[in-house]
Amino acid sequence: MNPFDELSIEESVRIREKERYPGGVEEIIALSIGPPKSVDILRTAMAMGADRSIFVEVKEGEEVEPLAVGKIIRKLVEREKVNLVVCGKQSIDDDSGQTGQIVAGLMGWGAATQASKVKFGEGGVEVEKEVDGGTETVRSKLPMVITTDLRLNEPRYASLPNIMKAKKKKIDKVTAEELGVSLERRLKTLKVIEPPPRKGGGKVEDVDGMISKLKELGAI
Amino acid sequence: MISRAGLSVVRQARTQLRPRTGPSPVASLSSLARLLSSLAVLEQRDGKLNHGSLGAVTAAQKLGGSITAFVAGGNIKAVAEEAAKVNGIEKIIAVDNAAYDKGLPENYAPLLVENIRKGGYTHIIAGHTAFGKSLMPRLAALLDVQQISDITAIEDEKTFVRPIYAGNAIATVESSDNIKIITIRGTAFPAAEAEGGSASIEDGVDPKAECNTEWVSENLAKSDRPDLATAGKVVSGGRGLKSKEEFDRIMLPLADALGAAVGASRAAVDSGYADNSLQVGQTGKVVAPQLYLCAGISGAIQHLAGMKDSKVIAAINKDADAPIFQVADVGLVGDLFDKVPELTEKLNKQ
Repeated sequence: MNPFDELSIEESVRIREKERYPGGVEEIIALSIGPPKSVDILRTAMAMGADRSIFVEVKEGEEVEPLAVGKIIRKLVEREKVNLVVCGKQSIDDDSGQTGQIVAGLMGWGAATQASKVKFGEGGVEVEKEVDGGTETVRSKLPMVITTDLRLNEPRYASLPNIMKAKKKKIDKVTAEELGVSLERRLKTLKVIEPPPRKGGGKVEDVDGMISKLKELGAI
Repeated sequence: MISRAGLSVVRQARTQLRPRTGPSPVASLSSLARLLSSLAVLEQRDGKLNHGSLGAVTAAQKLGGSITAFVAGGNIKAVAEEAAKVNGIEKIIAVDNAAYDKGLPENYAPLLVENIRKGGYTHIIAGHTAFGKSLMPRLAALLDVQQISDITAIEDEKTFVRPIYAGNAIATVESSDNIKIITIRGTAFPAAEAEGGSASIEDGVDPKAECNTEWVSENLAKSDRPDLATAGKVVSGGRGLKSKEEFDRIMLPLADALGAAVGASRAAVDSGYADNSLQVGQTGKVVAPQLYLCAGISGAIQHLAGMKDSKVIAAINKDADAPIFQVADVGLVGDLFDKVPELTEKLNKQ
């Protein structure tokens, strides 16, 4: 599972366990869009505490862009009457960092990105966000989208009994087509290359050696 | 929750080991240049232009075509006048409304939509900063466009280069959208010159969209040292520093001796040795200074993603096999608690 998504599940479960949302959390649904093997990720999410899952299966090798992911989430949020979407701030493969904001934009909801603290209060949901140079706190009302930063929490390990229990939880399968969302890509990947390698390994004996090498390289 | 089939990309990366041909000059766009028109979304804080955001203008210059810059906030006049002097901008669109001061995407994105519709821009560019990251995907959703994040090079008006997999692969992507929404990696597009321009200033449209999110407060780390993301020199400490006290005692004097910004690895930040905002890496800041000098950092892939484009990398680490030495131009194997103070002292004497 993408590390930021583990944080999302953990936070959702904690909101329920710690009764942070007045009125309680009715249900936690885990959602994944991907090739058949992504089902394993949903099992993990349910072992961590999600109640059920929705799996949008796509063909092996088909990569769904954030915009299409956002549109799928919108359809499912409407269908399931979800009022809080929690997702990772970015996937560590594509590194786009867009999905949560897209969902909020499509739904017209408030969004708090890169959350490091989530508090439910009378005036709404207060979220501390990681921003350049420090943190910023915003307040929004449900329904809303929160994207998770690494410092939000420490995801739990799924225990064996919970892994067994998760096997009985329901996974609802649906296709993008059934939801009326096109997976046609807007970005065509023309090529993928390795970055130019760096040549390291230039070791020096002592601090004087370091200073003179840095001078030689024009770094100081 | 969202997983993508990423393996195919890695496979592809492994089969195409051709060296990168370097930042290729933008192809001649003479026939298209007339049609191309970029909007650079600039950032401001407390009535001052954020010069870091001028990288968007540099990217627009590489695209060719006309360049308009956008600013919004309360008492925006001074910011607009400052932006008007930036080299290469034809026109500034300014929206004077304090509702946009904090750059909340809930009302800022609809604001941009209206101004983009009116101006007919083909390319919308902002920095891949906290502001750009929260705003631009929302804008892209409203315009039904697939945004291109964190680009490091422009090949032509629809082809862009961006790192994926923590910088371990470089993808070239071609956009088929009518409007290209792009965030740029600041270290790849240096700020445009703040002098020499004479842009006209025009009032933008203000749809006054409702904002269901309010700004409450902020807590920004104050420092007299240079800003991490744009500093010419960065000294960075890791887990090896052992405590916040030692981090401050060992690293800060070295930073002062060099006039450098201070950075940290995720391990150091998570252990509370340094502030979150100082984290360098895939999920923190990406820096590319003239000199990146680190101590007590092993060089995990996620950290390298944030600093391996630095001009010169120097490392002090007691583990001779630490991966950081595979990328360091100057490596010193030794105890940082001896070596760093000695280095600081010798630098101060010069």
